[in-house]
Amino acid sequence: MSTNFDVVVIGCGVVGAAIARELSRFKIRVAVLEKEADVSFGTSKANSGIIHAGFHSAPDSKKAEFVVPGNRMFDKLCEELEFPFERHGELMVAFSEEEIRILHTYYERGLQNKVPYLEMIGRERVLEMEPALSPDIHAALFAPTAGVICPYEFCFSLVGNAVQNGVKLHLNSKVSWIGKTPDENFEIETANGEKYSTDYIINAAGLFADEIASFVGLNDFKIHPRKGEEYLLDRRVGSLVKRVIFPTPTKTSKGMLVIPTVDGPVMVGPTALDIDDKTDFSTTREGLKEVFHHAQKMVPEIRTNDIITSFVGLRPSPSGGDFILGKTVVEGFINAAGIESPGLTASPAIAEYIKDVLIKEGLRLELKKDFDPYRKNKSVRVRHLIDERKFDEFSKVVDENKDYSILVCRCENVTEAEIIAAIKDGHTTLDGIKFATRAGTGRCQAGFCTSRVMEILHRETGIPFEKITKKGEGTEIAPYPLKKGGVK
Amino acid sequence: MIKEFDAVVIGGGPAGLAAALSLKSNGVKRVLVSEREDVLGGILQQCIHNGFGLHRFNEELTGPEYAERYIDFVKEADIEIYTSSCTIDIVNEGESKTVYLMSELYGLVEVKTKAVILAMGCRERNRGNIAIPGSRPSGVMTAGLAQKLVNRYGYMPGKEVVILGSGDIGLIMARRMTWEGAKVKAVVEVQPYPGGLNRNIVQCLNDFNIPLYLSHTVTNIKGNNRITSVDIAPINEYREPSKEEQFTLTCDSLLLSVGLVPENELSLKVGIELDKVTSGPLVDANLMTNVTGIFACGNVLHVHDLVDFVSEESEACGNAAAKYINSTLTKGEEIPVRTGNLVRYVLPTKVEPGKEALLSLRTMATAEGVTLYIKSGDEVLYKKKHKKIFPSEMQRVLIKQVPADAKKLDVLFK
Repeated sequence: MSTNFDVVVIGCGVVGAAIARELSRFKIRVAVLEKEADVSFGTSKANSGIIHAGFHSAPDSKKAEFVVPGNRMFDKLCEELEFPFERHGELMVAFSEEEIRILHTYYERGLQNKVPYLEMIGRERVLEMEPALSPDIHAALFAPTAGVICPYEFCFSLVGNAVQNGVKLHLNSKVSWIGKTPDENFEIETANGEKYSTDYIINAAGLFADEIASFVGLNDFKIHPRKGEEYLLDRRVGSLVKRVIFPTPTKTSKGMLVIPTVDGPVMVGPTALDIDDKTDFSTTREGLKEVFHHAQKMVPEIRTNDIITSFVGLRPSPSGGDFILGKTVVEGFINAAGIESPGLTASPAIAEYIKDVLIKEGLRLELKKDFDPYRKNKSVRVRHLIDERKFDEFSKVVDENKDYSILVCRCENVTEAEIIAAIKDGHTTLDGIKFATRAGTGRCQAGFCTSRVMEILHRETGIPFEKITKKGEGTEIAPYPLKKGGVK
Repeated sequence: MIKEFDAVVIGGGPAGLAAALSLKSNGVKRVLVSEREDVLGGILQQCIHNGFGLHRFNEELTGPEYAERYIDFVKEADIEIYTSSCTIDIVNEGESKTVYLMSELYGLVEVKTKAVILAMGCRERNRGNIAIPGSRPSGVMTAGLAQKLVNRYGYMPGKEVVILGSGDIGLIMARRMTWEGAKVKAVVEVQPYPGGLNRNIVQCLNDFNIPLYLSHTVTNIKGNNRITSVDIAPINEYREPSKEEQFTLTCDSLLLSVGLVPENELSLKVGIELDKVTSGPLVDANLMTNVTGIFACGNVLHVHDLVDFVSEESEACGNAAAKYINSTLTKGEEIPVRTGNLVRYVLPTKVEPGKEALLSLRTMATAEGVTLYIKSGDEVLYKKKHKKIFPSEMQRVLIKQVPADAKKLDVLFK
């Protein structure tokens, strides 16, 4: 028996999530299939979190077409979904006359792409805006409309709102086969033995979009992984910079960035290396050297001693070099593939476009009267109350729910109430809870809170202690009970 | 809720308990210990091996036994204990301080106090801090977390183990995992000498034929879901691994014992200056920080290798804090203590002439047949010949009386 849907979205990274949320406005049956144990677990979780202004993309590209409108949509999205978002701008810095000429080409590009408020500014103003930058800088291209978000929190909020409005989310659901039924519907099978039938498929499978397309006989594009290593610095280092700092790109490299994350710590990276293996998530000595060499040139205070963690993201780089969007020769099969940078920024605009494609392809979309664009039951972030010394408010929060008085992660000040809320939102792995709450993202990197979170997860879900995983089956934390073992 | 105490001790591990007892026995009336966990004893509770208490109690105790002795003392001593109580902030108002606690039992508690003793202990350095290249699979964790999972929860993180770093917790876990049926394939240490105590090398590695690779490091972590193997290579004097001599060990877990860092986030919030070498607060001869009325002891001050020394130092700290509270702490002239040949740090960095001084020091390298000298000008106050010195072994020296006319103390090996 298969479950019937009007639209099935394959892949729940930020693109799939934005599409699902857009479609949740309408009276249709939508399912999202995600192969991992949680959403945002692929490329999106490793995203730098930059909401680009849009001067990087070549005019006439789909990237340029979607990045500027996407950027504009973030204020409203932030208001509705309450994810952290700071619109502080980005600076592309030049160290020589020659680099200033390159800046100028990006300035022109930005004007063509209709990026608002672009300015080329001199050294003095650059250093006034960002005192931590190297005094050797000559000039910068300043785009005030750029900003930063937390990519997985954005993704979680989109999915949470979509689910709240009726979208069905299926995790651990890797698509293993797609066929057609006699009445011309798609039939989808997943590796965990489930079947789904649907009129439309949206292929938002990121790195694996080419493999999904080939299930319906489409072999017209390939997705190549392009590896990016990123390094996160200790909160103690402070923000160092307020804006996203780019170097002037060279022929071979877009360069390493210094990124102020919305959560406070600075991130540096990413590298860009074309590889063959879609499962190679390894950081390297060379990558580390490259990142810090470039970052230190722009912000001399940055030190490798301050690294608290590093990670790798694989960009889904399409063979044609541009986003692959829209209908295909297979009726009802729609691509949202090859969404590399500036994909995060473009994602809400892409979602609207995909909705329009669905209408053109004959799907009748009628607005739900009861669609609620606002995110429900958002957990309090105790960390902010402690950082800002709002103790009275903290006290009130605790009076309403005692679980807010139990601090589980002391580096990031995350309470038991926040962990329980994340579990209730469907996060059942340590990584999922970490991304949802920040428990374990701080300087001790989960040394203290791992066992506490495991206890809570065990208590709230009944998952046996030995079956609790980092990021899904096969990643158990403590898989072997001692003979006389048991949770304390 | 607003409360008033004479002293608040932050942390109910060995340092906090000894400091609280000492406050009490030196006549301080209202003492509060705020402990984050639901039981007192701190990290000792997961250290179920023995070897604790040789100096203090003249017998070999396990960690929980050592903790229990102090817990019993504290329970008899009319000391207020808050467990499941996380200290979230300290505000310095000069004469008085306000400590903010979030307690499971009482909710937010605002505590007015004359003095604060910091006894928050330390945390383990982790993978990120040493930037080990490779993938990010399950099965990579600090040795202390593994110890907690095995000893307090009863679950093993793996069966085929490699340990990076030869700190004491790593060595202890090598033996513990072996006893529980795991195969510990190697302990890998980047330094040319072990990070832990010599007795642990003998009792935890040699007795079980576990190989120790000195001047080696893990150059790569492999496996996408669970760790499957690590690459290990010898390193040269510039810490560069040799690709030619690299080898691979299969494993399902990698435990990290790569050092401890004092936990001073709260200290920084209240404006306490830290020492760049120890990462603990800069303190004077009374173990008082630069913020008058706030003291520090135990692993939050500097990382110790023996709990006995933590207790001893914390008693001295409690004693000084009691004098401060009772307004009998005389702060005389202070002279600097300077580090000489082979000495990485000495604590405290200042002493008072004419008074007793208990010095803790660590060396920065191994050396054989050297003599430790503590001098005031040309006068030798202390002299001891050592067969061998290790950075992993802290030295404690009591100077009965610093000469009244001393201008500085020099601590060095010759």
